Amino acid sequence: MMFVPGNNPGMMADAHIYGPDSIMLDLEDSVTMLEKDAARLLVYNALKSIDYGSTEMVVRINPLNTPYGKKDVEAVVKAGVDVIRMPKTETAEEVKELEAEILKVEKEIGREGETRIMAAIESALGVVNAYAIATASKRMMGIALGAEDYSANLKTNRTPGGAELLLAREQIVVAARAAGIACFDTVYSNLDDMESFRKEVELIKTLGFDGKSIINPRQIEIVNEVFTPSEKEINKARAVVAAIREAQAKGSGVISLNGKMVDRPVVIRAERTIALAAAAGVIDKEEML
Amino acid sequence: MRNSKIVSLQEAVRRSGLKDGMTISFHHHFRGGDRVVNMVVDCLAEMGFKDLHLAASSLSDVHAPLIEHIKAGVISRISTSGLRGALADAVSHGLLKEPVVFRSHGGRGSAIAKGELKIDVAFLGASASDELGNACGVPRSDKAKSICGSLGYALPDARYASHVIVLTDDLVPYPNLPAGIRGADVESVVVVDSVGDSSKISAGAIRDSKNPRDILLAKQAAKVIIYSGYFNDGFSIQTGTGGASLAAVKYIREEMISRGIKASFALGGITAHMVKLHEEGLIGKLIDVQSFDKVAAQSIASDTSHIEVSAVEYASGEHSGSATHALDIVILSALEVDTSFNVNVLVGSDGIIRGAIGGHQDTAQDSALSIIVVPLLRGRIPCVVPKLTTLITPGTSVDVVVTEYGIAVNPSRPEIAEKLKEAGLNIVDIKDLAKKAESIIGTPDPLPFGDKVVGIVMNRDGSVLDKIYNIR
Amino acid sequence: MITIGPGEGLDIELDSSVAAQFGRQIKSVIEETLSGLGISDAKVKALDKGALDCTIRARVTAAAVRWTGKDVWKD
Repeated sequence: MMFVPGNNPGMMADAHIYGPDSIMLDLEDSVTMLEKDAARLLVYNALKSIDYGSTEMVVRINPLNTPYGKKDVEAVVKAGVDVIRMPKTETAEEVKELEAEILKVEKEIGREGETRIMAAIESALGVVNAYAIATASKRMMGIALGAEDYSANLKTNRTPGGAELLLAREQIVVAARAAGIACFDTVYSNLDDMESFRKEVELIKTLGFDGKSIINPRQIEIVNEVFTPSEKEINKARAVVAAIREAQAKGSGVISLNGKMVDRPVVIRAERTIALAAAAGVIDKEEML
Repeated sequence: MRNSKIVSLQEAVRRSGLKDGMTISFHHHFRGGDRVVNMVVDCLAEMGFKDLHLAASSLSDVHAPLIEHIKAGVISRISTSGLRGALADAVSHGLLKEPVVFRSHGGRGSAIAKGELKIDVAFLGASASDELGNACGVPRSDKAKSICGSLGYALPDARYASHVIVLTDDLVPYPNLPAGIRGADVESVVVVDSVGDSSKISAGAIRDSKNPRDILLAKQAAKVIIYSGYFNDGFSIQTGTGGASLAAVKYIREEMISRGIKASFALGGITAHMVKLHEEGLIGKLIDVQSFDKVAAQSIASDTSHIEVSAVEYASGEHSGSATHALDIVILSALEVDTSFNVNVLVGSDGIIRGAIGGHQDTAQDSALSIIVVPLLRGRIPCVVPKLTTLITPGTSVDVVVTEYGIAVNPSRPEIAEKLKEAGLNIVDIKDLAKKAESIIGTPDPLPFGDKVVGIVMNRDGSVLDKIYNIR
Repeated sequence: MITIGPGEGLDIELDSSVAAQFGRQIKSVIEETLSGLGISDAKVKALDKGALDCTIRARVTAAAVRWTGKDVWKD
């Protein structure tokens, strides 16, 4: 998910050429108060006119308790955005409030239920309430960590190893998995240190995140490299998938590979590996079950 | 002293027998820092010359003072590879009575060698010269101050002009050898305060582009090379100086190392990037017609496998020994490409001249694989278009066009398209690229061209390719 | 950059780096956007460096909203 400032029409015009899975146009932190109205119109018109292809379009709105939040919702829902990202989410009630705002605009334009919600968790209270937030609305497609505000709220600083984020990251992954939605890690802002960025991406992949937020197209390749399964992993997954198909063909409920029974978690992991590889374009989509 | 060649500029001009209406020539190795053209033409104006034909290897922003000399009738005709800045703007609006004749570097070399472009007096700036006129672009003393490296574009002038005057700001004792410009070809040597502003002759250390679009284009171009079928041990390559072109070298280097492939030579304008690969043992020889930066200029001064070649040896279409005939791969830029792969590198989409042919025609035609790297859009300016503003390099010479929206392969090279598709690259129809551009920016209105011809684009074989009309 | 002030009829002063090829199109986008907002009398100054139509539409709307004080979204 690539962050693009909502007041930068040049970047909004071609962000999709770098191939991010999703683009988040930002109306919140990257836009000054004096520019909120202009950026909202830029984002509205960009979403209406620019052909982003299959890229998922997300807009980070201003909090609903600011003078901008509700207008942001109206503008981006009318522009047909895929996902609204709610910043600084702390409680399930806030999500419900956003849901009601979205529904109001959707009813006006006859597009009910199409806009999904992603909640950014950026405080200790948000982390504590992660599961409640994740299950607050059927529109909820994912939760994401916003580490700058979170670490400030914890009264600590960001460190290279990210020890201060460990609990929040794990809590968010666990909450997302329990709720059956996606989870995304925070941004890494030092563009001159690609090695540390790679380490962070490897870490959050191990923790179970579905993706990483990025601030520059140069970071995309590394995320894809880390998240794309290796040839060895793909071959192993292919073997498991072949065993599943064989079992299905035989009408057998027991899947076995090399004489051993294949456990359910192994099947799930294999399916996920194939899906990731297909998403990264290293194998054909046909191979997906 | 015996018959010294060292004289003042005015005296050198008098001795040359220059007359009104004759052709004078210059090289552009001092690029944006050049002081020779303006100094000499100021002097000729003062001496009362009129109606001269100025034949430079190229002209740039720094030559805006020529506008006044044109208005005063000192200069009435221009031949060059390119024009930029205020002079280009004025020419595009009809400053000159006669059209400017544009030739490629190889085409200019051929035209001079064949006598089609007959030079009466060549004024050639040099970083160092001895009293006999053995002159070069590399430092030969502690006092050297205007260093440009190779003098490749000046060498045809030195050899074929009727009369050759060397201008230098560093006179060194004989023998200043080896030297590209040989004293036997030189009639006079003029010592001046400065031939060029060294800070503008060449960039210092070139930084790698951080522009994500450049990086995207560079990666795609590198992949095209790697999977083209021409990326084999002993291959040869030429690249330009654009951000994407330089960044591509970085990715090609990584792949050369990982596959254990070495290049036999790199050609053309040589940059620090190429010098680095050469010093790492990844490129055998550097064949240098123009040294683009300080690193390249230092390298050619000291490294015997970094070789200065003339524009004729570099890229003449009519000399079978020219290096482009042995070139495998070239990466080139463009202002516009059309749906028949024709390329414009000279006239902007606003109808104003803002570029140079350079070696574009030469390398595109002679190389085994020519790759044009171009963004689909520059702001609202479309770069893949149904019809070019001006034809510079015919599409028959162009094999692959790399854009951020996909890679188009000339239908005449199906085998390359096949290989690139197999490698998983996004191969698209060039007509779809033009349509994509139009869908984003709309259909441009036709440019308000007048009916006066302000420029003639020559093909490298001496035929006329296109005409440039004045813009209103 | 777009500024809008009072005027009689629509008076558009356009300074664009792509005026030759897109000036007509840019002016018509400005006109359409303003007429969509019910503005038929205004003096518009537009300084453009090759923006896409959607950006021009946004800039014109933002300038019009600031000028009239009436937002296009519900207050």
